[in-house]
Amino acid sequence: MKSNPLALLGLTVLAGFLAVAPARAQDAPARTQDAPANCEVPAYLLTTESTLPKVENALKSGGPLDILVVGSRSSTITASEASAYPARLQAMLKQMLPKVTINVSVELQVKKTAEEVATGLVKLVEVKKPTLVIWQTGTYDAMRSVDPEDFRAAVGDGVTALKEAGAEVVLMNLQYSPRTESMISAPPYLDNMRVVAQQYDVPLFDRFAIMRHWNDTGDFDLFSPSHGLDLAKRVHDCLGRALAKFVIEAARVDPAQQN
Amino acid sequence: MRILLATCVPILSFVSGGRVKFISRRCQMTSIADRVAGPPSADAADARDATAAPVALPAITLPAGAERELRLDLFRGLALWLIFIDHLPNNVLTWFTIRNYGFSDATEIFIFISGYTAAFVYGRAMLDAGFVIATARILRRVWQIYVAHVFLFTIFLAEISYVAARFDNPLYAEEMGIMDFLKQPDVTIIQALLLRFKPANMDVLPLYIVLMLFLPLIIWLMKWRPDVTLALSVLLYAVTWQFDLYLSAYPNGFWAFNPFAWQLLFVFGAWCALGGARRMSRILSSPVTMWICGAYLLFAFCVTLTWHLPQLNFLMPKLIEQWMYPITKTDMDVLRFAHFLALAAVTVRLLPKDWPGLKSRWLRPVILCGQHSLEIFCLGVFLAFAGHFVLAEIAGGSAAMHFVVSIAGILIMSGMAWIISWYKHSADKSASKKKGAVGNADMAGGGS
Repeated sequence: MKSNPLALLGLTVLAGFLAVAPARAQDAPARTQDAPANCEVPAYLLTTESTLPKVENALKSGGPLDILVVGSRSSTITASEASAYPARLQAMLKQMLPKVTINVSVELQVKKTAEEVATGLVKLVEVKKPTLVIWQTGTYDAMRSVDPEDFRAAVGDGVTALKEAGAEVVLMNLQYSPRTESMISAPPYLDNMRVVAQQYDVPLFDRFAIMRHWNDTGDFDLFSPSHGLDLAKRVHDCLGRALAKFVIEAARVDPAQQN
Repeated sequence: MRILLATCVPILSFVSGGRVKFISRRCQMTSIADRVAGPPSADAADARDATAAPVALPAITLPAGAERELRLDLFRGLALWLIFIDHLPNNVLTWFTIRNYGFSDATEIFIFISGYTAAFVYGRAMLDAGFVIATARILRRVWQIYVAHVFLFTIFLAEISYVAARFDNPLYAEEMGIMDFLKQPDVTIIQALLLRFKPANMDVLPLYIVLMLFLPLIIWLMKWRPDVTLALSVLLYAVTWQFDLYLSAYPNGFWAFNPFAWQLLFVFGAWCALGGARRMSRILSSPVTMWICGAYLLFAFCVTLTWHLPQLNFLMPKLIEQWMYPITKTDMDVLRFAHFLALAAVTVRLLPKDWPGLKSRWLRPVILCGQHSLEIFCLGVFLAFAGHFVLAEIAGGSAAMHFVVSIAGILIMSGMAWIISWYKHSADKSASKKKGAVGNADMAGGGS
């Protein structure tokens, strides 16, 4: 008799889990016509509670929308910058919102920790005066195993500085890199970026989860060591596509109405 | 046969009623409790006498009987399997690892049980043979673990060097920078020998080494005042959180498992082994405790659910999120510790130590793995490297292959545990006349 409450508890948990399972199945990939068949992103990875009112204004008034991507080496493809996701983002946004003037520029901060980048962010924003800064970070910190607490503080400082300088912010986390999983410990940095995004109410583009999704569904084989430039280009194209949707979603703009 | 005999060790047992009654009833049920060096075939009447007479010991009570507590082996074996699976890329089996259902994971189980068994084995040695001898034996064990760590590092180095020479994927140009350390082997290898350079997945053994180094002190303090020792441990944990104590690593950063924080689990394990578990039995047997534990586990489960199904995130109150996150593993967040405690409390309640299933053939592989945990742990780390390697270089990253690699790894671990067990058993047979019970202490928990 004594174990009855526990059995009951076990059943409750099980029931709860079963109840959730169908929900998970239903909203798997949100199919959209314009995405190539091989890199769909589930809708929940492209939704965010945080909003971008300035981007919304810019889009609704026809622009210009200046976007600055601040990132490390994973924000570019060596020798093929035009195929990297920032360029693809610009192309996709233009395609989705043909009437709006959109400029995407890139500021690469190679081999710098979030803390080092954060201190220079204000200067960048003062020079370029972007409406939106997409800050891709975390990889170098993970490689250097910077104290996650320090990392979180640095990203928080950077976000605050950007906001104070008048720019809106989207954070982008690490790449999913299965081959280096046994060498680079990504989870603490992913967790902390999520915390910062929540704390400062900025959208987080979950590049890690998206790429892992592609790998799990077999869209891309991110494991194999021997892929050349082609894989990188295709992944970046898909990332740019997803990012464009994400920005529009965060700005609460419906591209159909804008056209 | 000796392994299969039950004991009088009341590990986190739930028995209501007075202690004397409890002791005698337990031992009648479990029937065998040899006196330290007594032969396992001691008859039941003798056993009853041995345990019914209260043994006068300074402050800690080491239960009589050097027999194994199979639940410890079972869960340590399980922890080793789960650690192995967690070290592999995601696959179907990942859904069976406990980290997906709550805050704590297999590492907590491993460290707790290691603290428990180490204190059990070496605590006995300290009572029987004195501080110096016990310390010497602990240091010998530390040396073994250190050698195991260096061995694993060598394998890691071989794998990385191979990958570094071939990996050419422009997508991951940045991540490949992690291999820059290969450019200065002089510094890197020395830092690895100093336990300061620790590749991911290789940070459990260094933590274990540090904890074991302090084991003589811990047991010595426990002999004096177990509760004060535990209180000191809690204090150190609190101070760690307050003043952000950590051990630095190479080339920079910190130890992924902060020993100042994780010592709490180890010391708590030791405290349980040295009589704490029995003293807690009344609290643990109370239904209130069960309800609290159950509620907390359910809460943790619901929170974890929102990580895996981000579409449920809107159900999480923002205030709770901000208070709770991040739940750090490095400093063993108190939420993780509490989750482990709740899990342990519920587990011992649901799984009595004399549960016949513990002796079934089906659980034999897990239990064997738990009984040779150092060897199997190292093998698991190696297999995780090898698994990554196979997936990347040969088999491709399909889900089916991930599954096959995981299963193959577990089979190899079990097979190896069986071989080690067979070897030790045979070796024991020829050596048992010489060595006797003291020699067996290593086997009865191995402190590993």
